Order: sequence, then C-alpha cells, then structure tokens
Amino acid sequence: MSSTTKASRIGEELWKTRVDKVNAELVTLTYGTIVAQLCQDYDGNYQEVNKQLEKMGYNIGMRLIEDFLAKSNIGRCANFRETADMISKVGFRIFLNIAPTVTNWTSDNNQFSLVFDENPLADFVELPDDGRAQDELWFSNILCGVLRGALEMVQMQIEAHFVSDVLRGDDATEMRVSLVRYIEDEMPPEEE
Amino acid sequence: MTVFSLIIINKAGGLIYQREFQPGLRKLSTNDYLVLAGTFHGVHAITRTITPKLPLLTPTATASTPTSASSNLASPSGTSTPIPPTTTTTTTTTTTTTTTTTSVAATTYTYPIPGVPATGLESLETDKFRLTCFQTLTGTKFLLFTDPHMANIEVVMKKIYEFYADFVMKNPFYQLEMPVRCEAFDRNLNGWLRGRT
Repeated sequence: MSSTTKASRIGEELWKTRVDKVNAELVTLTYGTIVAQLCQDYDGNYQEVNKQLEKMGYNIGMRLIEDFLAKSNIGRCANFRETADMISKVGFRIFLNIAPTVTNWTSDNNQFSLVFDENPLADFVELPDDGRAQDELWFSNILCGVLRGALEMVQMQIEAHFVSDVLRGDDATEMRVSLVRYIEDEMPPEEE
Repeated sequence: MTVFSLIIINKAGGLIYQREFQPGLRKLSTNDYLVLAGTFHGVHAITRTITPKLPLLTPTATASTPTSASSNLASPSGTSTPIPPTTTTTTTTTTTTTTTTTSVAATTYTYPIPGVPATGLESLETDKFRLTCFQTLTGTKFLLFTDPHMANIEVVMKKIYEFYADFVMKNPFYQLEMPVRCEAFDRNLNGWLRGRT
C-alpha cells in the first residue's frame, strides 16, 4: 500500500536526519521508576495508576504533536487509515524507533489495533507478583494518553486502550484505537 | 532580508507572543496588538469559510477550476495597519499548489484543490511590509511581518515553528495556550534571525 510505504520512508528519513538520540536505558529506567513510584503512591491501586499514566501521556501528546509536525512537515491526513500509518510509521519511529503493526481494522475504518513487536518502555520489566498487577496494570498506558493528546490537537477525538500485553503473559502487546469523532472547526470554547 | 516582527496567536484568537526584531514598523500599544490578533483571527476564519465548495458530480469535473478564491477585502483598516496609510492591497490565496484529482468518497463537495482543506488568509501586503500567516494543523497562527520583497519566507516560518516546538512546547512549565515567556525561545530566535541578515 503506497501510503504505508510513503509513511515508512518519511519516518526512516526523519529518524536518520532530524532526531536527537538518547540512551535507551535512560528512557527505560526513567519510565520504569515513574510507574513503580506511582504504584507505591497509589498503594497498589492499579486502576488509578493506569489513569494517571494516561493523563501524563495526554499532557505529553499535546506538546509532542507540535514537534512531530514541525519536524515532519506533513499535512493533514486524508482519512483515518492514513492517520494510522502516520502514527505507526512516522510517530512511533521518530520518538521510540519502533513501528507497531497497524491491523484489525473494523469495516467502517474507525478502529484499528497497534501490535507492538518490541516496546522500549517495557524492557527488563517484570510485573509484581501480588496477584493483581498481572490482571490490572497496563504498564505502558502512557502511550494511550500520548495518542489521545496528540490527535486531539489535530482535531480528532479518539479513545485508546491496551487489550493485551506480553508483560501479563499474553502473546502480543496490542493497543486498540477508536476514532470517536472529528472535531469540526467550530470556534473553540473560550479558554481565556 | 528584513524580518520586522513576529506575532503568535493561539487557537482561540488570543495574542500569546509579540516581538520586534528589526525597526521599520511603527509600534502599537499592547492593547492594539491584542486587537490586531483578535481581528486577524476573525478575518482568517471568515476567509476560510468563503472558500467555495464545489459539488462533486464526476471526479473529472473538478480538475480545472480556478484555485485562488480571492476575496478582496475592502480595506484592512480593521486590522490596524501599523504604517501610515499608503496604498494597501490585500490578497487571499487558498493554497496554490497544483494537485491532481483524488477522488474523495462519501463527501458531496470538494474544495478547489481536492484533498487540500480550505485555508484562510495567507498573506497581506502593503508597499512597506508583507504579513505572512502560517497556521499549524493544531490551529496556532504565526504572523510574520517582513519586507515585501523578501524571498523564502517559508524557510523562516518553518524554523520559527521548530523553535516554538522545542523551546515553548517542550518547556514543561509553559502552560498551553498562555502567553509565551520563554527566554530560550527569544534567544534562539534572535540569534538565528541575526545570523541570516
């Protein structure tokens, strides 16, 4: 599919020429520490940890989108399928150097899955064996928030959540992304 | 190669940044800059709205249609021109890139250039200066006042956007949509612009 290959090419090019690299361990350890600290702060209330991670991601996404646009110089996507390719092949490539597989589209083209073959955030991680973390904690939940925040800034309201994670013993790490609606260019609500 | 000044307008139409780099334009009061930002925001939205929507009959019918939906606004006096009135001309262009027809399914209309959404006012020119507007996909507007003969404004604009993404958006203490007070942004912007002249 041509838009996919085009996106791959843009992603590769940007990764090679425009992105400052940082030690992977630093990222992995920093993120791991944050999640562990949240688990401690919320006293093992993993639902709340998931929520906080999502919220942190949301705030990151709203800022990161500008960097993505400034670097990539790409225009508006024609449809949600193209958006999915851009997220996977350009977004994840330039920020994490991975390109999760876009798959499992619904027939209305409004929902897809991102399947992560690798996940730099979760290297070295083993979930605590308190009998609940394996069922309740979505370790990489920050990514859901990043997507929601970033896409909201370009007029797409989406919902994203993990449906499986290799950390929990599942076969794959899969995130489900659903388009709720395109935010029309109504006058934005008064903000100040 | 003169860049007079830069204004940044947030997506709600509020002025969040204003700096002068080289003298040449008369200064306005803070209040007038706020009015300028708000007014431009409104005019921009209107110019985008009046871009014609062409009914989609057959995909080929849209191939050769006039592209620049120009709207000559009577006078830009509402935008408080910061220069003593000389002859002023306004031009509106809705992106003049050439694109071939791409069939857009499930919609009943198309813009003059299929696949390219309507944009608003992009430049406004007088004898003394040119105002170029760049709107990001997130809705933030960058207004650059330059010499009317300056070339390669896109390059300057793109660099400014990158500085903004780096030194404003990535500053964790910058609150989104609020006035920009980031010293590193000023410093880098100034340094880069000075290096170009």
